Amino acid sequence: MIALAKKVISNVTCTFCGSTCDDLQVTVEDEKVLAVRSGCSSSLSKYLNYNAERFLTPLVRKNGQLTETSYEDAVRRSAEILANARYPLLYGWSSTSNEASRAGIELAEWVGGVIDNTTTVCHGPTLLGVHDIGEVSGSLGEIEHRADLVIYWGSNPVHSHPHHIMRYTALSTGRFRPSRKDRKMIVIDVRKTDTAKLADQFIQITPNGDYELMCALRMAVRGDELEQDAISGVPAEVIEELAELMISCQFGVIFFGLGLTMTEGRHRNVDVALSLVRDLNARTKFLIMPMRGHFNVAGANEVSAWVTGYPYAVDLSQGYPRYNPGDTTAIDVLVRGDCDAALVVASDPVSNFPVEASRRLARIPVITIDPHPSATTPIAEVVFPTTIVGIETGGCIHRMDGVAIMTKPLVPPPPGIHSDVEILRDILTHVKKSKMGQWT
Amino acid sequence: MLSGRTLGQGRSKSLGKFSDDYLRNVAVCELDPEDMKALGISPGQNVKVTTKTGSVVVRAAVASQASQRGIVFMPYGLWVNAVIPAETYGTGMPSMKGIEAEIAPAPDEKLLDLEAMVERLTRRG
Amino acid sequence: MSELLIRNGFVYDPRNGIEGEKVDVSIKDGKIVESVGTGATVIDASGMIVMPGGVDIHSHIAGSKVNAGRILRPEDHEKDVERHTATTRAGTGHSIPSTFTTGYRYAKLGYTTVVEPATPLLKTRHTHEELDDTPIVDKACFPLFGNDWHTMEYLQQGRVEECAAYVAWMLRATKGYAIKIVNPGGVEAWRWGRYLVGLDDRVPNFDITPREIVRGICKVNQLLHLPHTIHVHTNDLAKIGNYQTTIDTMDSVRGLGGENKPSIHITHVQFTGRTGSAWHNVGSGAPEIADYVNKHDHVTVDMGQIVFMNTTTMTADCGFQYMLYQLSGNKWMNFDVEVETGAGVVPYRYRRSNYVNAVQWGIGLELALLIKDPWRVYMTTDHPNGGDFTKYPKIISWLMSRKARNKSLARINSIARNKLDLPDLDREYSFSEIAVVTRAGTAKALGLKEKGHLGVGADADIAVYDINPTKVDPSRDFRLVRKALRKAAFTIKDGRIVVKNGEIVETPVGRTYWVDSTVSEGLMSKVESDMRKTFTRYYTLGMDNYAMADSELANSHRINVKAEV
Repeated sequence: MIALAKKVISNVTCTFCGSTCDDLQVTVEDEKVLAVRSGCSSSLSKYLNYNAERFLTPLVRKNGQLTETSYEDAVRRSAEILANARYPLLYGWSSTSNEASRAGIELAEWVGGVIDNTTTVCHGPTLLGVHDIGEVSGSLGEIEHRADLVIYWGSNPVHSHPHHIMRYTALSTGRFRPSRKDRKMIVIDVRKTDTAKLADQFIQITPNGDYELMCALRMAVRGDELEQDAISGVPAEVIEELAELMISCQFGVIFFGLGLTMTEGRHRNVDVALSLVRDLNARTKFLIMPMRGHFNVAGANEVSAWVTGYPYAVDLSQGYPRYNPGDTTAIDVLVRGDCDAALVVASDPVSNFPVEASRRLARIPVITIDPHPSATTPIAEVVFPTTIVGIETGGCIHRMDGVAIMTKPLVPPPPGIHSDVEILRDILTHVKKSKMGQWT
Repeated sequence: MLSGRTLGQGRSKSLGKFSDDYLRNVAVCELDPEDMKALGISPGQNVKVTTKTGSVVVRAAVASQASQRGIVFMPYGLWVNAVIPAETYGTGMPSMKGIEAEIAPAPDEKLLDLEAMVERLTRRG
Repeated sequence: MSELLIRNGFVYDPRNGIEGEKVDVSIKDGKIVESVGTGATVIDASGMIVMPGGVDIHSHIAGSKVNAGRILRPEDHEKDVERHTATTRAGTGHSIPSTFTTGYRYAKLGYTTVVEPATPLLKTRHTHEELDDTPIVDKACFPLFGNDWHTMEYLQQGRVEECAAYVAWMLRATKGYAIKIVNPGGVEAWRWGRYLVGLDDRVPNFDITPREIVRGICKVNQLLHLPHTIHVHTNDLAKIGNYQTTIDTMDSVRGLGGENKPSIHITHVQFTGRTGSAWHNVGSGAPEIADYVNKHDHVTVDMGQIVFMNTTTMTADCGFQYMLYQLSGNKWMNFDVEVETGAGVVPYRYRRSNYVNAVQWGIGLELALLIKDPWRVYMTTDHPNGGDFTKYPKIISWLMSRKARNKSLARINSIARNKLDLPDLDREYSFSEIAVVTRAGTAKALGLKEKGHLGVGADADIAVYDINPTKVDPSRDFRLVRKALRKAAFTIKDGRIVVKNGEIVETPVGRTYWVDSTVSEGLMSKVESDMRKTFTRYYTLGMDNYAMADSELANSHRINVKAEV
């Protein structure tokens, strides 16, 4: 598995997006990745450039400057920061393995912090919708084999999940749908995206109009008459035709993206989408699936749920899991000003959070564990370089539909770099020593 | 204004967030060509994007996929987040799409790179 | 701490014929031995019962369906929390506890082995991730067959031996322990949104019937010499009067097994033990089923007892779950698994005042009281479907005490009470019989030779309960029985004290048992080569990424058997 001579490793699982395509062929030589076949452009970019902007030694802030230090010093300093914090935030998790999440939750318990993952700015509203309605879903192969109607709603897979359509939906070859003409693909979005260009039908909707359109579809599916000429910019006849298409297909699916979760209705948009699909099951077979972005955000949710009972935004400050999105979610925790330290693993919140939340992060001690520097690095107190899951370290990840895949290392990591699991466990060892006094 | 993923953003982030490639792919605002004409903006020129949260200077580009008058698109990243409100309305999720924004040409204003953007963050307040 | 002596306890070890005598139990290096030296740690079990640790043959504790339930129901966890301590992890209950909480709560009940009875092959890696985070208890899981394309095609073509090799490959790939069958053929129909009726309906596109599937897999099980029989959740769960399907399923494999050995286990029989043609005339099919079980020793069953509580139903029988959603109006989670099976989750509250629920409550108990041989009927709730496992002491008290039953009977829907035979059943289980239906019998059914008994060589998995069988009449003082069984005085796992006075003191990592049935090389290589072709066409995951390595389990315990093919 660790190669010096040139060799091709097959069936490599890509660790970029939630499609986690497992058919990459990676050529390695001299302990480096040389070439990648079968991947999309995002995947190629990751596998060929993983050593770009790589830092190799831990850093701690001394006199306002990030300076190199020993691993042990960085661990000690981190443990100190977290053990002394009253309400630390442990954030990230979606771009690393389940093993890291498991270690992270244990650490969060010992430091009495909030542990949250990138779902909080992504499909959090989807989970909130699921709590209320449930979800009628399935694994991606079900779509490949059976779906004759595929709808992408507020999702642009050509950009976000480039091989999704080819591997799992309209362009895939299924047992009961051997060719493209056996399927109809519809894209519903506020603008005609590159995905819409591949569709049999594109329906344009006004921004923030998803909720009303979904309601109208539910009504039409139930056979109620639409009294308006158009809803959310879509003519009533088009809505009625779409409803008819949905009822009369043999097997339909809606894939939805952040167009639903990030706009005005948020979880209510998802609520009504989940309800629409549930209603459709009285007439035909219909599934719905959120397009999970990061390659292991689904895994981060699953680990959080099996260890604490809740999929994200878990507050352990009282010693037991508490869950209240809007209150225990990372952005709210930061904006409220309660949070007094943060550990960021495999994520870049300064890039991805609204500025008001990032400003808070900039004012508290932050520990980062990441293979590469990011916008969060310059504000950190302690910076750990780490290995890359799926390239240098193995680890279990969950595809967007929850299928668990074990990634394997392809090349060894740079010398002296620890995996995030190791770093978390070492920090935990120090934290336990200082916290043990509580129980004796 | 919408924010979202693009192939360019995804690809260039692998080259490093401090790279020129990343800056070029992410510190950008895509506009409909008609809107650009009406505003007197040429592609590659700096524009100022303002929302009720704040403003940021980025490079203007013609909408690469779906041009739509009245809609601008910015890739996920530090620049768009400078103007995204943190209000989650009790849901935990900020609004990252469908935000009202004002776009104006800003040929004399400086486009800050990642380091400068982060510095601005730590300086304010 | 390698030597332990449990003295003066009243020992119930039915496998070895010990029924309440005062016997010392000696432990060394995790096993039961003849005797130990004077340096041994001594547990004084005077006035207490000593039993093998509980072995739960059917409890949904881990995997994607269970976790889907956790995610679906944050409200289930809010009021039932476990604090983090120096030795234990934080967690939540209630009907679907988080994994660490699950392990601790089972250990506190004196249980030491728990089986997750239904996991989709494609998703079993996830099941093992969760089992690895379930502390203390030993575990195993049953992967699902009978709705998977490979099995249906092999059996439809009469290629039983190749099917056996495929099943062996899958058990090894998924680290599974036994074959689970849920609604054979019916879940493939559901994946088109359809239902099958009875055992002889044909599966769309596969031209095979549930009866043929069950018989075929039963033969496969025999060929592979798996330690457990096929473990079957029968068809027609959604049918109102479905007891006959249960009997027909039992009968469908009669003669396929060896002499005096069970060849089929029907699980949670209560759920498929109803008579009637409409919900208002539902009745108990327990007498008919018990009659069949009493007359045919190739069958074992478990109860699937319901408890009146707000719980969460979860099963691979998705079609049934859709129906339950329609009946109850509760939220509904469904997940169809490509090529293989599915899962459905619906919260549900069983009510005393509800006629059907009251009848269901009666059915489970009637089954246990009417089936004469406790070695062939086991106490389960199909956790959490009938209720969560912390309710086991309550159910045990119903089995042991007519008075306890009558107390509950008095409060249930009166029309149901009049319909049931239960009020007239005066049988009361003894402690010995309880030991059988909660550990000795289940361990035997599972083929776990070192579990469920206290003979020399057995694993030192032991429960000590603070109740004196010579002073307490379980029939009268059922509350004392419940109290004692809820919090073990001691639970011992592999010779280490893990629970003391109902509190966790140690949290070892239990073993994960799985079965490797060795098939002849020629047959296996043919089947593997065929599978390489079908795998690529059927699955969205490559065959090499599908299979688990032994190293993926935290504490793998492989049981090797030699197949007949």
